[in-house]
Amino acid sequence: MSLPADVVTWFTTADHWRGDFGVPHRMLEHVTMSAAAIVAAVVIALPLGIWLGHRGRGGSVAINLANVGRAVPSLAILALFQQAFGLRGWPGFGARPAFVALVALAVPPLLTNAYVGMRGVDRDVVEAARGMGMTGAELVWRVEVPIALPLLLAGLRTAAVQVVATATLAAVTAWGGLGRFIVDGFGQQDDAQIVAGALLVGLLALATELGLGWVQRAVVSDGLRPDRRRRETAVAVATA
Amino acid sequence: MRWDWVSNHGADILAATRQHVELTGIAVGLGLAISLPLGLAARRWRWTEGPVLGFTGALFTIPSLALFALLVPFTGLSRTTAEIGLVAYTLLILVRNIVAGLEGVPEEVREAAHGLGFRPAGQLLRVELPLALPVIIAGIRIATVTTIGLVTVTGLIGQGGLGALIIDGINRDFRTPLVVGSVLSITLAVLADVGLAGIARLLSPWSRGAREA
Amino acid sequence: MTRPFPVKSRTVGTVAVLAAFVLGACGSGKSSTSTAAGKSLVIGSAPFPESEIVANMYAGALQADGYQVTVRSGLGQREIYLPALEQGGKNNGIDLVPEYVGTLLEYVNKGAGEASGDLDATATKLRARLDPMGLTALTPSPAADQNAFAVTKATADKDKLKKLSDLVPYASNMTLGAGPECPTRPFCQPGLEKTYGLKFKTFRVLDSGGPKTIDALVAGDIDVGLVFSSDGSVAAKNLVVLDDDKKLQTVDNIVPAIRKDVVDDTIRKDLDKVSAALNTPDLIQLNKQASVDKADPDVLAKAWLQQHGFTKK
Repeated sequence: MSLPADVVTWFTTADHWRGDFGVPHRMLEHVTMSAAAIVAAVVIALPLGIWLGHRGRGGSVAINLANVGRAVPSLAILALFQQAFGLRGWPGFGARPAFVALVALAVPPLLTNAYVGMRGVDRDVVEAARGMGMTGAELVWRVEVPIALPLLLAGLRTAAVQVVATATLAAVTAWGGLGRFIVDGFGQQDDAQIVAGALLVGLLALATELGLGWVQRAVVSDGLRPDRRRRETAVAVATA
Repeated sequence: MRWDWVSNHGADILAATRQHVELTGIAVGLGLAISLPLGLAARRWRWTEGPVLGFTGALFTIPSLALFALLVPFTGLSRTTAEIGLVAYTLLILVRNIVAGLEGVPEEVREAAHGLGFRPAGQLLRVELPLALPVIIAGIRIATVTTIGLVTVTGLIGQGGLGALIIDGINRDFRTPLVVGSVLSITLAVLADVGLAGIARLLSPWSRGAREA
Repeated sequence: MTRPFPVKSRTVGTVAVLAAFVLGACGSGKSSTSTAAGKSLVIGSAPFPESEIVANMYAGALQADGYQVTVRSGLGQREIYLPALEQGGKNNGIDLVPEYVGTLLEYVNKGAGEASGDLDATATKLRARLDPMGLTALTPSPAADQNAFAVTKATADKDKLKKLSDLVPYASNMTLGAGPECPTRPFCQPGLEKTYGLKFKTFRVLDSGGPKTIDALVAGDIDVGLVFSSDGSVAAKNLVVLDDDKKLQTVDNIVPAIRKDVVDDTIRKDLDKVSAALNTPDLIQLNKQASVDKADPDVLAKAWLQQHGFTKK
């Protein structure tokens, strides 16, 4: 039988859709792991990026540091963390090293875009807001963040897509997720399973990209579109 | 850390670093040579943007072992095999940034250039590309740094640069080469990033003093 | 971003086989008794210490006989180095790689179950499978690296475990840990069930006898783990290998897998000598030095060759 036919057979085999080893459960694990990593990265990177961008000084050093962190292969992060702390512990065997590696992957685009977005707010607008008597916090939340939102969301989108595509790593450290199909298929010389796994990951990444794109369009204020938004996203893609 | 390992392997570490630099340099260079026309095409003919980004995105999702297993019967364990893989993975980042850079050129500038009698080619070369340069170089910076982290995958075919140290460290549960490989990767990334940022400033004097993106 | 994942599509195999045919057809004839002088060959190794050590032993022994040898170590996995072997050293591939009789046979025959506990029979079947690929396997070494099942010393003492059959009353409360292939391979989970009647409570996917399995055993995350019998860290980490009293495992003696158009009488003689001199206790010792004491595989190989008179000091 040819490989495409094998893959179709794989997808139409009821057993592959049932139980802890089935597609729905693996998909859920993959989404959970990705979401947890993205939430953690958002919690770390957004306040920092917003603060640095608002403050305006010394930020570019921090951003460049974060960016340079991309040069560390996720595999190395995985191995170092695993050697240091083992595979045990919350939220399940083998999950932690993968979680850390994914957070490390998601922080740079989030941080960079938050910073660049905040820095990109027109100085005249900031001055006007100050003139209206806004405090620092009001300025951040009512003026700067809403204006920087398209870039923040673009950073989130980039980070999320990368995380979803890379969460297959979790299977390497004995956890679950869609990477299991790829790693196990490889171990078992089961080509159909490998391709099925890769397709599922690709689909999930695509869904993430489209879904967050839709959120981005829905959330961003009308005043920041369309001409303006175009340029902002352009920069966002470039820096993310 | 086993410092004696480091001092005994000075030559190996140096060779690995050199290989890493070469693999990254060639990958980004070739990636740029391929993605520039792709990016321009995507900009010129809007309908090609989706397919071009989709194609480079699809390349990006091919697992490295699959890619190399497919290539070895043709190009062996050669540097060519390594570069084909690395270039394939850099395209997405580079094309995205070239497209974004060109889109960042304000419509008014385009119209003004048209009004001044620039023909499309001249307008592209003398107005749009220079203006898109900072963003394109920002993209090259990210692509370069990301590629430095990516080179490890070519360790599969024995062309791993610093990745060979990292993989050795993983397989022998040996932290020293793992840390040495990672630290040198970061060092290379810092040097490349700072160097490219300098080039960007030289090539776009008008943006000096403006915020850094 | 790292992309560590493998896909090996069937086309890979097809293309590789085709390439082997083409190369076989274009090859410059078989030079079975050429002199060693100046003849060059490329030796590959898989990315774990044992393979690198043995590859360097082959290299040193052949160099001592006047061959120009290049070692390409740490090559991916079989998905990478077998196609490279079919390509040959002249085409940026490799000419020779240390392999395991039973495991390689079950890899090239896609798990047809031809490997057994009989070394000669398994080696003969392996050669038959390799032949159409333009490859062959030389004489296997007595040194072997079998799949084995281990428990911690504490568990062994508590439940008085010496052999796999001793697990029968306990298995239903135990977790088994092994590589992802375990649930489908006859030597692993299915074999344990069928041959020994061992049904474990759960199965945890780790690596195939690698550091993760060892760590998980030591940490108590699994009770029984698949390890490699020649792994130096098994003894170092206080693990006890259970005797395979019903002979479930197939033979996994180390064997040079080599291109037919490269092998000549001198190479055959040299490699046979290395294989004959190597034994399992040596292998365990060398592995321990590489993975526990972190000695370099090539240095270990060199010292071993000197000790055994292949090279002079």
